[in-house]
Amino acid sequence: MKKLLLASAATALLAGAASAEDVKIGILIGFTGPIESLTGHMANAAELAMSEANASGKAANGMVFVPVRADDTCGDSAAGVTAAERLVTAEGVKGIMGGDCSGVTGAVLQNVARPNGIAMVSPSATSPALSTAEDDGLFFRTAPSDAREGEVMADILVEHGIKSIALTYSNTDYGKGLAEAISGAFTAKGGTVTINIPHEDGKADYSAEVASLAAAGGDILVVAGYLDQGGKGIIQASLDAGAFSKFGLPGGMVGDNLPKVIGPALDGSFGQVAQSDSPGAAILTEMGKTAATPFDATSPYSMESYDAAALIMLAMQAAGSTDSKVYSQKIMDIANAPGEKILPGEIGKALQLISEGKDIDYDGASGVELIGPGESAGRYKEFEVKGGKFETVKFR
Amino acid sequence: MDILNALVALLNFVFIPALAYGSQLALGALGLTLVFGILRFSNFAHGDTMAFGTMWVILFTWWFQSMGISAGPLPTALLALPFGIAITAAFVLGTDRVVYRFYRKKKAAPIILVIVSTGVMFIMNGLTRMIIGAEEQSFADGARFVMTAQQFKDMTGLQEGLAIKATTAITVAIAAICVALLFWFLQRTRTGKSMRAFSDNEDLALLSGINPERVVMVTWIIATALAVIAGTLYGLDKSFRPFIYFQLLLPIAAAAVVGGLGSPLGAIAGGFVIAFSEVFVTYAWKKVVGYLVTLDLAPETLLQLLSTDYKFAVSFAILIIVLLFMPTGIFKGK
Repeated sequence: MKKLLLASAATALLAGAASAEDVKIGILIGFTGPIESLTGHMANAAELAMSEANASGKAANGMVFVPVRADDTCGDSAAGVTAAERLVTAEGVKGIMGGDCSGVTGAVLQNVARPNGIAMVSPSATSPALSTAEDDGLFFRTAPSDAREGEVMADILVEHGIKSIALTYSNTDYGKGLAEAISGAFTAKGGTVTINIPHEDGKADYSAEVASLAAAGGDILVVAGYLDQGGKGIIQASLDAGAFSKFGLPGGMVGDNLPKVIGPALDGSFGQVAQSDSPGAAILTEMGKTAATPFDATSPYSMESYDAAALIMLAMQAAGSTDSKVYSQKIMDIANAPGEKILPGEIGKALQLISEGKDIDYDGASGVELIGPGESAGRYKEFEVKGGKFETVKFR
Repeated sequence: MDILNALVALLNFVFIPALAYGSQLALGALGLTLVFGILRFSNFAHGDTMAFGTMWVILFTWWFQSMGISAGPLPTALLALPFGIAITAAFVLGTDRVVYRFYRKKKAAPIILVIVSTGVMFIMNGLTRMIIGAEEQSFADGARFVMTAQQFKDMTGLQEGLAIKATTAITVAIAAICVALLFWFLQRTRTGKSMRAFSDNEDLALLSGINPERVVMVTWIIATALAVIAGTLYGLDKSFRPFIYFQLLLPIAAAAVVGGLGSPLGAIAGGFVIAFSEVFVTYAWKKVVGYLVTLDLAPETLLQLLSTDYKFAVSFAILIIVLLFMPTGIFKGK
């Protein structure tokens, strides 16, 4: 009994000591691998949020946030799990900003975060599968699920009075997931998907694919692919054969190169792309230019990284604890209304408000709004191609 | 009316694309089969010879375009074609002098020459990427369509459109001209006859005073010309990317083997067999059948034998079947 008392007293002392000192937060993204060109900006953005909080001196219990970088490689789940294991056991991080790619993120969640009870906020994992993964309430993401894009696309199709679509997707995880999301959402809204076939990227000839798509028919052809790859070839071949004249274009197809190559025939096609109209986006872009280690906030997922790090710190403040199981329950509260809107550069103000017991609604750079199991609702720009330009219709 | 619609749909989505693709394969396979017939090895560098030659055609096309030279409604690339052929032929003759002749003198086994040609393939592959890059290049200009689907619909009042691309028409026309010229050359001219004699029986041909180096040189030039023409037509009709041309070697080799290696007629037949079967087997027949039967019999399913993913598998399945049951190919090659 005496021993037990002593032990618990020691634990309490240790916990007290820790909260008055450094709070380590892991930055677990693929510094090497397929998205290595993005992760430098992402890490700098997350670290900017932490130094901003530290500079304000407003954190409770004198918390000082210390970033610890680790490389999850994006592609190799085993390497990602090892890196996360090191962060948790050797570095003793209290939360993880990461991982980046969906496969690695899922592996780290199941093998490291859940067993050790560490919260994760991913800035860039978009797979719909993560929405339903077992997470013990520890997993959040500031990036929207591809399932959300499917919903948005289905809404746009219905509003255009489209009854049936032919669907083709790039034969990749991204294309496949997105095509499933679009087809599921559109069918649920009463539409018909006449055919749903993959196309291989990097081929020269898509006449066989287009022949099948044309045989199935449909009001328009939705191309869930990449603009510089098979997606362009499919559109070109469809136009050449007179199979389809209008196209539905999800995010992967959006770029100035497409209207340039296809020409006026693309006019009238429409779609959506993940893009925020939030005022925070412009603010963070400016902050990135003048930061101690400058970065490009318009690089994909940089804004989401800043927001992910901010959410972890503000939740710790709100919970008054660095224990993942405690503060993870606060993340939804601070991300959503009601409360005072918080934009980038206002993390100090947010910490202050929270310590005064006031509600905040963290908007950040990407217009954070968490829905469902703790993932970003995402803002999408609906566009229509007019005169070779992607003209914005509205944000939704 | 409905039979007409079915026919037009079939023409537009199956027959015309397959005809164009078949012509391109046939030209490629002709070059491959000529080299095999006379130099007696499968030239793995053939696909990259196409890429290398097409690259020069593209570079000349850009130069002509920058000087304002054009061929009116025809693509400028046709003007650049002779220059591309000349440079590529010079390069290929250079490789023959530096590489192949050494092994020919030693009477090396065909498999050694095949491996040597793989080396040449990698070098041409690398050169093409160094000069023009690995990205896609588009160089088609001139009129895009002979007839668009909409024009056809307006003209005939049919529900289905029939589009004929200018590049498709050019491809078929040029392929026909090339084949006619090649057969005339092989059958009627002295050099052509000596090539055939050399192919049939090398020793006898040497005894009767045929100069082997001359035969080899002419063979390389003709095979290269055919490769560059095939590559340029393919690039005009579809798009140019070095990696695609490298992959094109497979269906071309399949076409040459199916037709019978060493037989020019077989190469042409093989090209069309491969092209048509690829499109036929993966085509969804729903629309065509829907036009032919009464409304209540119209099919619900797509009536597709194989998903389009298996396009390449089709040419290999045919290749294996032919090799199993007719090892010398349709036209009794070697």
